[in-house]
Parts: sequence; C-alpha cells; structure tokens
Amino acid sequence: MKLRDLTELAGRNLREALLRNSLTTLGIAVGVASLVAMLSLGVGLQQFANKRLASSGLFNAIFVAPHRTERVPGAETAASEKPGQFPALDQEARREFERIANVAEVYPEIRFSTEILYQGSPYMSVVAGIPESQRNGGAFDGMAGRFFSGPNAEETILQAEFARELSKQPDSLIGREITLRYAERQTLPAEPSSSPANSAHSSSGVPESSDSGISTTAPDSGLAPGFSVIPRQMNLRIIGVVETEPATGFGGFGRGRVLIPQQLAEKLGATQYNDLREILRGRSASQNYSTLTVRVQRASQVESVENKIKSLGFSTFSLIDATKNVRLVFAVFDVFLGIFGSLALIVASLGIINTLVMAILERRREIGVLKALGASDRDVRKLFFAEAGAMGLLGGLFGVLIGWLIGEAITFGTNVYLHRRDLPSIQVSAVPWWMVAGAIAFSIAVSLAAGLYPASRAARLNPVEALRYE
Amino acid sequence: MTAGNHFAIHANHASRYYQLGAALVRAVDDVSLTIASGEFVALLGSSGSGKSTLLNLMAGLDRPTSGAILAHDRNLAEMTSDELAAHRSRTVGMIFQAFNLLPRMTLEENVELPLRLAEVDRNDRPPRVREAIERVHLTGRLTHRPTEMSGGEQQRAAIARALVNRPAILLADEPTGNLDSATGDEIMRLLREINESGVTIVMVTHERPRAAEFARRLLQMKDGKLVSDGAAA
Repeated sequence: MKLRDLTELAGRNLREALLRNSLTTLGIAVGVASLVAMLSLGVGLQQFANKRLASSGLFNAIFVAPHRTERVPGAETAASEKPGQFPALDQEARREFERIANVAEVYPEIRFSTEILYQGSPYMSVVAGIPESQRNGGAFDGMAGRFFSGPNAEETILQAEFARELSKQPDSLIGREITLRYAERQTLPAEPSSSPANSAHSSSGVPESSDSGISTTAPDSGLAPGFSVIPRQMNLRIIGVVETEPATGFGGFGRGRVLIPQQLAEKLGATQYNDLREILRGRSASQNYSTLTVRVQRASQVESVENKIKSLGFSTFSLIDATKNVRLVFAVFDVFLGIFGSLALIVASLGIINTLVMAILERRREIGVLKALGASDRDVRKLFFAEAGAMGLLGGLFGVLIGWLIGEAITFGTNVYLHRRDLPSIQVSAVPWWMVAGAIAFSIAVSLAAGLYPASRAARLNPVEALRYE
Repeated sequence: MTAGNHFAIHANHASRYYQLGAALVRAVDDVSLTIASGEFVALLGSSGSGKSTLLNLMAGLDRPTSGAILAHDRNLAEMTSDELAAHRSRTVGMIFQAFNLLPRMTLEENVELPLRLAEVDRNDRPPRVREAIERVHLTGRLTHRPTEMSGGEQQRAAIARALVNRPAILLADEPTGNLDSATGDEIMRLLREINESGVTIVMVTHERPRAAEFARRLLQMKDGKLVSDGAAA
C-alpha cells in the first residue's frame, strides 16, 4: 500500500475511536511534555551558567607568558630552558598572535594602584584597562550608565563598591568627573647615566612637575636600562557604574575599581606592579610584556589557538579544562533529567500498546476483510505502525508545546520570586530547535516501538479466523 | 494432472485438516477437481461439509495440509505470503454471506479499497470505481454508508468491490444467505450476468434449487469429500 493511502486509512481509523485515541495521544503528549520541561530546565540552566561564565571573560581567553620559570600560575615549564632560547613576549609577538585565525583581540593586562581625587578628597584605588571586546561580553549588561564611547575616550566606569565610597547614591555620579593621579614611567636610554632622564612624554596627561620624577638606572651593572617615574594626572568623566569587574586578564594585584578603556590605559604608560621586578631581571620592560591576554571569538576555539601559541614558544594558560568540566557536569545533569522525563513517555507507550491491542480485537473482522481483499501481512503491519506513528507525532507536537509552556511557567514563577528579593530576571528554561526535533522524533520512535507488538500481532492474524469473528 | 491456462482452478488431492484437541478434523479430504475459465460452479453441501474451507483454499486465504491448489497454473500452496496477497488482490475477488463492507466507509470508498491495496494509480481509480458500481446498478448510492443500504444493495456493493480489480475468478461464499428470496434471485441474476462477461464464478451455497437455476455445474461435498460433480439441470 502506498504511503498516502496508508496515511489516509490510519487517519480514518484514528478518527473512528476518537476519544480513546485522543486520550492515548494526550498520554504521549504528557510524557513528551515532561521530557521537554525537564530538559528545557537543564538546557536553560546550562545556558544561564554559560552566559554568566562567559560574562566573566575567562572562558574565551588565553593567558600568554614568556617561556620562563616565573609566569602565570598553571603554565607549563621546561626544566632545561636557557635565557634567549625562547622568543620574547613583545610587540612583535603580540602582532603575531593577532594574526592567528579566530583571535578577536590581544592586549596586555593593565592594572595599577593609584590615587583618585573626587571633590577634593583623595581615594586609593586600582585602575584597570577594559578592552573593547567587553562591550558585548555580558559583564556590563544591566549596568547604570553606558559603556565607553571609544577606545581612547577619557571616561571611566566605576565599580559599584568604590562608587558607594564616593557617594551614597552611586548613580548620581554619572556625568561627574574624577581626577586620576598616576605615575608614568619613561624608559631611560641604554647608556649608563647618573642623572634622570626627563624627556618629553606622549601622554595626554599633564605633568604636575616636569622635573620631579624619580629615576632608576643601571650604571655599569650590565643590566637593562631603567626608567623614570613621572607623576601625572588626568580628568575622567564617570559614564557608568557596574556591579562586577569583568576578568580582562589573569587577574593581577587588587580588584579593578576604576575602569578605563584599554587603549587609553596603554597610552598612559602608568607604572605597574611588575615593572620593578622586570627591571631587576634585566629586561627592558618597555618592549616586553609580562603577560598578554589573547581573546578568541568562541570558547570552543580556545584549544586550537592555545596550541598554536604554544607552538610559537610561549607558555599559555586557559580555563579550557574548566569549561570542559562545566559541560560534562551539565551533560550528566541533562542525561538524568532526560531519564526522569522519559519515564512518563515510557508509561505513555504502554497506553499505545493497550490502545492498539484493543483496536486489533475490535477490528479483527476488518483485518480479515482487508486480507481477503489483497492486503499483505506487511500492509496490515504498516497500517498499525502508521497509527502508532501518527499518535506519536501528534503527541510529540502537543507535548513540546505543553513542555515549553511548563518551562515558561517555571521561568515566570522564578522571576516573581527573584523580583520580590530585588534580584534581576533570568531565563531558567530553554527549548532549542534540536530539542523540539529530538522530542518529536523520540516520541515517534517510542510510539513505533510500542506499536511493534500490536502491529505484528495484527499482521499474523489468520484471515479465515478473522472473517469468522463476530 | 497438469492444468493448462484454460483452467481457472485445479485442485489436486487437496486436503485441509484441523487438529481440535485430540480429534483430527478433515475439513477438506483429498479433493481433486478442475474448474475451467468462464465456468459458473456451485459448491453444494450441508453445514460442515467443507465447502467454505475449499473456497478459502481457492482464495489463498488458507493453505492445504497436503496436495495442491492451482490458480491459472500457479500452485497456491507454494506461494509466499505476499504472493498469496497478490493472488487475492488481482486474480480473485471475494464476496461473503455477511457482505463485510467496512461500516465507516461510503460505498465509493469501500469499492476503492481493493484499488488502494493493489497500489493502483490514484488517477485511474475513479473511473474504475464508477465502472464497478454501474455494473451492479448502485450509481445513486455512491456516498451512502453500508448502514444506509438494504441487504441486497450491500451485497451488490460487495460484488462491485470484488470486481473493481477486474479479477478472472469470483469466489462467493453463501452470497444469498442473508437475503430474502427475491433479493437473492436478483443477486444470482447479477452473478450470472458477470459470469456471462467471462468471469469464472465459484459459489458456495446450500440452496440446491437456486444453484441449479443459475449455475452451470454443481459440485456436492460431504464430510470434506467431493461426492458428486455434474452439470446443472
């Protein structure tokens, strides 16, 4: 029998016992709904966790250090390495990283402790550079104010805790100005010198005193040249207040409380914590970075980019293993939710078996007639399969709809609860297209499996006995 | 004996036994016969004589315990299940005492059913359905369901359904058993008309006078055996 005829006959048979078949289909729908609701919660929570983790900025980042013993924690070490054996982490290396496929951004972590002046009062704080990629990273979602207008904008976003130190109403700070005082470092010439170099600088800041700098030199020591420290200040307009500082690097000393654009931070050339250490180690810190953060477009690309950087002779560290573990935990979580959700569908499949076995008893004579008119065993089997499959398809469609509604209801209830506690809304359930397709396919598969026995029994029916059946 | 193509059905020592507990029931016992193409044969006998079992063997609804049943030179006993289904679909048409129309289908849909099973092209079906229905004079009843038709009309509908695949053989199991005398005669006249168009008819009945009036050959069965074979008076 052709598919269209089969479908028409199956549809006619299903309509014949409408109430019973509807109840059976509803049973399947409830089973599928249970499965979809469970999985939608698992997937929704996973997406929520991924989003929060992604907004931390740690999961699509690779932290690169020069290949040496002192480096970011967790980096691999070659025991027999010698100075000069590995490439320097300098501007050239940075440009090379930028050329690697899927690399979105490469930048050094800039973080320095300094003094902030607001309305004449000084505050000690940590300034951190924020790369442009953080604009859509999620960390600034829901912030008061806005993100930086440009990579060199003389603007700042304050971390909420620090903003509360400045004002009891942090949001009222937006639009006002703070003064950033910082120590600009200027590299000294290579030849030995006993006097500090007070050369002109390129910073947009204004020196408080052109000859008040402190110099570090290395006369006759054989070490790399030192640098001068020039006090400077810059006015920054407060444009936003954010609760959490996004991770832009491996995390240096202190928590960034005054956030400024990364390019501006680099341009300031402020002295950082590791500068003294770099000088003592004999490296020209103006040309070499202690670490670079390489941000890739997607977390899944971290591994390949990291391998590429390692092959260039640098030490790397990423949270790729952590993301793998997160995925593993959620995969196990989803499997358990899926199993519990499937139980209802398995119970519903018993309903299909019952309905179809009842149909065989009721339609025994009809099966005999069909066989007398030329239906093969296969035709009869296919007819019952089609009926089971149709119930599975309809049950799957309705089940997905009901499951989605349950997920939305749970999200609604959760958000009512969160709002009462003054917390932001979240989406705890998600029904992606693969779940819709998978649930319907699973529903049909379970229904067909349930139809196996009744279909086989109907196909084996002796036509002579079936025709005698009253 | 080898049956040529001019034989519609040939039974060669065909037997069909059933085991009922300890008892062996010989429903058809060593029957040999040949029915030529175009014949109108009545299988007579009392209840339990084995005539319906023999008809089921000819239809391919059942298989002989031993012996052979040949339809157009092909041994039904050696056919696969699918081949038997094809035989029932294309070579023979069946009508029953209880009509066996599907109650939820209209006359037109009932008659179309064998065409669906035979996978006849959808475009070819309507003219063939109309032709079969016209042949049994039920044109005005196309959309009627079996419950909306009389017994005679239902049996005519069943005949149309049996003829729609244009079979060479029509097997009728007590076709007038559920009908009054006048309607029964009407059906018999219709069967004779069909037979005159070249269709071989094998009819099971216990009504000897009616069989003698319409059939050309009478076969008498008793206790599973063929006890007489002769032309109708």
